[in-house]
Amino acid sequence: MAVYIVKRFFMMIATILIIATLTFFLMHSIPGSPFDEERTSNPTIQANLEKFYKLDQPVTVQYVHYLKSIATFDFGPSIKKPNESVNSLLARGFPISFELGMITILVAVVSGIILGTFAALRHNGIIDYMAMAFAVVGISVPNFVLATLLIQQVAVTWQWLPPATWSSPLHMILPTLALATGPMAIIARLTRASMLEVLTQDYMKMARAKGLTPFRIVVRHALRNALMPVVTIMGTMLAGILTGTFVIEKIFAIPGMGKYFVESINNRDYPVIMGSTVFYSAFLVFMLFLVDSVYGFLDPRIKLHRKDGDV
Amino acid sequence: MNEHQLDNANELIRNRQEDVLLAERQGESDKKQGKKRKRKVVSTEKVLTVENLHVSFTTFGGEVQALRGVSFELYKGETLAIVGESGCGKSVTANTIMGLIPQPPGKIKNGKVLFKGKNLTKLSKAGLRKIQGVDISMIFQDPMTALNPTLQIGEQLTEGYRTHHKASKADARKKAIEMLELVGIPNPQERLKQYPHQFSGGMRQRIVIAIALICEPELLIADEPTTALDVTIQAQILELFDEIQEKTGVSIILITHDLGVVAKIADRIAVMYAGKVIEIGEKREIFYTPQHPYTKGLLNSVPRLDLKEEELQPIEGTPPDLFSPPEGCPFTARCPFAMDVCDRVYPETTQISADHAVNCWLQDERAKLVFA
Repeated sequence: MAVYIVKRFFMMIATILIIATLTFFLMHSIPGSPFDEERTSNPTIQANLEKFYKLDQPVTVQYVHYLKSIATFDFGPSIKKPNESVNSLLARGFPISFELGMITILVAVVSGIILGTFAALRHNGIIDYMAMAFAVVGISVPNFVLATLLIQQVAVTWQWLPPATWSSPLHMILPTLALATGPMAIIARLTRASMLEVLTQDYMKMARAKGLTPFRIVVRHALRNALMPVVTIMGTMLAGILTGTFVIEKIFAIPGMGKYFVESINNRDYPVIMGSTVFYSAFLVFMLFLVDSVYGFLDPRIKLHRKDGDV
Repeated sequence: MNEHQLDNANELIRNRQEDVLLAERQGESDKKQGKKRKRKVVSTEKVLTVENLHVSFTTFGGEVQALRGVSFELYKGETLAIVGESGCGKSVTANTIMGLIPQPPGKIKNGKVLFKGKNLTKLSKAGLRKIQGVDISMIFQDPMTALNPTLQIGEQLTEGYRTHHKASKADARKKAIEMLELVGIPNPQERLKQYPHQFSGGMRQRIVIAIALICEPELLIADEPTTALDVTIQAQILELFDEIQEKTGVSIILITHDLGVVAKIADRIAVMYAGKVIEIGEKREIFYTPQHPYTKGLLNSVPRLDLKEEELQPIEGTPPDLFSPPEGCPFTARCPFAMDVCDRVYPETTQISADHAVNCWLQDERAKLVFA
């Protein structure tokens, strides 16, 4: 296991480095500069500013400087928010985005699996049809459309829940719902499909022949085998939910990372773009590592690594 | 081949060697004891009575009448083999007794399965669960798929025992080790923590048998238990059945289409055709004096080393369509002795001897006039 973790760690570093490099050169190849909008400033101030942020130097020099900042975890000051460093922005925004993302994943996975399992157990029954109809809707309606609909109906017309911000658990319900419905629908469909396959396996018949309780048969024997495809899709789904938070945060005025991230791209606020990209990719790569590790726990036939002797 | 694959290959070879070793040990101990299989003294106490069982399945094409009046009795400590070609209703019979027919699409239309004074076809699901795995156990055809790949075999062994006997983990573990020893798996303590993929096919079937026997059932239903195994392992598993029956006195229903297996371990044989039992009786009587033309055909279609190839006689034709089975004897269309009456009326049961009965018009007095 230790060998596997070390190997994965170096692979993660390499991945992050590639992402960082690509982002850097892509951002610098887009025309425009952070100071485009500030027409009033005179050329001297402009030159001083560029010098301060090292924008006057060749791209290669900037790149090296940027790599150094990644290595030291200090992404420097923001260009557009003069009294803020990228680190402080991340420290303020990320916990909120993280909270939104994690609650969403939890809701999506738990309710998706439950829905899919019931649909499979009542195959071709009314529960199955309703669950799958719901899943189709969930997959086809984009989260920003759902978000606006929810705000309009639940918050404005019925006035049951607050329409925006992130200040109490009640405030969290609508954004989570908007963000979780799509992934939940996908998980429900996947769980149903693989569950239907697992239910016809010989070992399920054997479990029934043992006279076990239906609960044990489903949870212990069927679910564990049916969850493999769900775990597989969790990785990509995580990325989807993370980017989804940007949109949802904007709609619900949630002060998470998304807002700063989108602003920074519009403003060519290079340090913020670079800092948050690297931070987010590091986070995502780490989550993917966690997801991959789950395979080994779910299915003993999958070995994450070869035996220590033959690496 | 990389080292990882080599590792797997080695494990397989090791398992294989264990199998061979077991077979040898078995043979030696047999020789030492001068053991020769004797005709068992079968008691007259009935364990199971199946009466006029009708089971149908609803499909898009209509109703398939899988069982059309199956009746037989099973005595304590005996092995009854149910033989017949594919689709004749052998497995449906087994699954109906076990309470594993999915309803719908399946439906028990008529008949009784009497076990310990209870009619199993009328029990609720919860009532059935009290019998499944405790009083009646089942062994499945393919040991490669019958074990859950993601659970340690220790758990798969003990879960039934713990559910039914409310036993503690330690007690169940002790029982599991005992069972693994009974079925001849070396180092049971260590093996409990392993997963099915770490065992060979023969070993897995031994584990499946151990699971079926852990609650000490009175009736064991083995649905083609050796079909998926290769021949050397088959012989071992059949030996194991014999041994277990001797030790525990369990009654066995053996579903198979392999007459070699039947010859080896059955006491009585029931021949099924198109959802009916057409001939039933003591093994020797069925093998040496078969009465039904289908039974004769079945026995003639077994390849034998001492016969020339031309002498192997297949039964021409195919079994009837069970969507609309014929009113009379279902074998009429393929029967070389078919008479006019065969097609119209199903023959009554004729008792050939105390332990041999057949349903065939040829047994009728008047048939002798036809073939005179």
